Amino acid sequence: MVHERVMEKLAILADAAKYDVSCSSSNSTRKNKNKGLGDASGNGICHAYTEDGRCVSLLKILLTNHCIFDCAYCVSRKSNDIKRAAFTVQEVVDLTIGFYRRNYIEGLFLSSGIFDNPDYTMERLVRIVKKLRLEENFNGYIHLKAIPGASAELLREAGLYADRLSVNVEMPTEKSLKLLAPDKNHIDVIKPMEFLKEEIVGYNEEKKKNYKTPLFAPAGQSTQMVIGATQENDLEILGMSNYFYEKMNMRRVYYSGYVPISYDNRLPVIGTPVPMIRENRLYQADWLLRFYGFNVNEIVGFDQPNLDLDIDPKLGWALRNLDKFPVDVNTADLELILRIPGIGVSGAHKIVAARKFKRLQPEDLQKLGIAYSRSKYFLAFASPFQLQRDLTSIQIKDHILNTQNSKYKNDFSNQLSLF
Amino acid sequence: MTQVIYDSTFEGWLTAVFEIYEQKFEDVVFAKSEVSNTLLFSERYFVETDLQKAKRVLNGLKQKLSSEGFANIYKAFLSEIDKMDETLFQYVKYIFSSAINVEDDLSNSPVLEVRKAAYLTGRESHRMKAFVRFKLTKDNLYYAIVEPDCDVLPLIEKHFTNRYADQRWLIYDAKRKYGIYYDLENTTSVQLEFNANSNSSQFLAEISDDNEEFFQNLWRQFFKSVNIESRKNTKLHLQHMPKRYWKNLTEKIPNLKK
Ligand code: SF4
Repeated sequence: MVHERVMEKLAILADAAKYDVSCSSSNSTRKNKNKGLGDASGNGICHAYTEDGRCVSLLKILLTNHCIFDCAYCVSRKSNDIKRAAFTVQEVVDLTIGFYRRNYIEGLFLSSGIFDNPDYTMERLVRIVKKLRLEENFNGYIHLKAIPGASAELLREAGLYADRLSVNVEMPTEKSLKLLAPDKNHIDVIKPMEFLKEEIVGYNEEKKKNYKTPLFAPAGQSTQMVIGATQENDLEILGMSNYFYEKMNMRRVYYSGYVPISYDNRLPVIGTPVPMIRENRLYQADWLLRFYGFNVNEIVGFDQPNLDLDIDPKLGWALRNLDKFPVDVNTADLELILRIPGIGVSGAHKIVAARKFKRLQPEDLQKLGIAYSRSKYFLAFASPFQLQRDLTSIQIKDHILNTQNSKYKNDFSNQLSLF
Repeated sequence: MTQVIYDSTFEGWLTAVFEIYEQKFEDVVFAKSEVSNTLLFSERYFVETDLQKAKRVLNGLKQKLSSEGFANIYKAFLSEIDKMDETLFQYVKYIFSSAINVEDDLSNSPVLEVRKAAYLTGRESHRMKAFVRFKLTKDNLYYAIVEPDCDVLPLIEKHFTNRYADQRWLIYDAKRKYGIYYDLENTTSVQLEFNANSNSSQFLAEISDDNEEFFQNLWRQFFKSVNIESRKNTKLHLQHMPKRYWKNLTEKIPNLKK
């Protein structure tokens, strides 16, 4: 490698790739093979954290930031006056292997601007993954961006070598997409998603019958929506997420708070703060959908299209549904315990395990690491009998907000503890 | 009160547990062999590590616990938290005296203490899987230096063996002065001392592969490029990457030559 040139390309193409917030490197089943290099079968590992607290687990780069399209929200857009660069196939392979061998990363996340045309670009991406798998016997994690408009044949080949594929929808509604990315249609994004879903299901079925069937995107597919660049409310955004989870078997939907990068008057001006609180609330809501058994309609609705910014969506739900409380953790079902503010998934399981030995009291909950100061408003203890003061939801909210420390005031991020 | 002295290994501690039961000692305190403050105790008892006896204790525990609960005992021992050998002994007594599995009885203090210690070790071994930074030498050895609070090398050995099956590597615990070494066939633990000048930049430059420094700089560049300035959140950054680990993290060591 020509050192200086590669260093410069890395600076440009890592910088351009960082707005894609996906960082997961878990959920694959790819194991080390024939004493080769790497293993992607474990839980993903964050090898470092950026100064903004986000996980660094993959070498996340663009193959090139040249692009024939002009999406207003994107730094790589055609009309943007920036330095352009492109890696060669071999450079990406060498970087990936060199980083992986030093335990810097779990693998590669490769995306790209559209160079010339979709197939030309996709063909290069596929060539890189193929080389890593077949020539380097690399079994680490690979997340590949599926370029909208690329041929089915290339997408299928990508799936045979990558662990995860993603097509970013970027704009939650067609209207916004038309406004900001005139070259694109929602259908261009939905079509490859659907294709990948069918393929993933098909290979899985096949694998059940014949274990020799090759892996096809074993970590599934994901997508991302940019938040706050356009006018959508949370109902529209979460409705879209729900659609992706239910109809596309999506493993993850990522929310990327818009970082102003352009003076385009269709977009928030430079200097507008990144909507980090809102982004965090959306992740919390997303968690409720995936791990807490909530239905999207319980979290947002027509009467209440946006998430509260001052409290998390689970507390919001509880305050709107005080008639479901108080709950006695000594007898209630797990599903109901999961709905108590201040109790997370692992806390709920610990409660269910510990209550087999004795009737749990408030001090026991504290030992289990439950945020008792939040949950106490929603708990009942049968003995000793405790009088629950009858508080209104507004009073409870005030109490909680007053006892919460800075966590709910200043620094927010999508990786704050969730509840 | 009997002072039970063992060789500070896990097997030694298990042997001690066996013999405490066998000898029917009532009140015990544990001491590791190097400790010599013995005046306070009426009786001293030296344990000679015996793998058979250790195994019998382990088998007994295995039958009383889930596989996770069982693994937690070893993890808690490796935490090296002060007096963990005694807490673990109380825990073991509770386990053997109960008819049912008590590992989730977290309102019982030793149960909770052990669980917490195991959690700490688990968290740190997870962190070491993340924070090991290999450097390549001229003779094709990937080596890394770590200084974890808990003795985690035994817990991460398998992970690294599975992952780096086609390169020779060494992970060295500078605090405990031993390492794990993979020779393309097996992973074994090795005792070594680094001499005083082994950290000098001249020495490092001599042993390093020609591309090593370039890759370290690429990694620093990457780490810098992925940061989004307008989202800066130092508190969160420090929570995930505590300062005590920085001195062995390439991306946190400024490149002095630049
Ligand atoms: S097609 Fe992709 S890379 Fe090109 S401008 Fe649009 S979002 Fe950016």
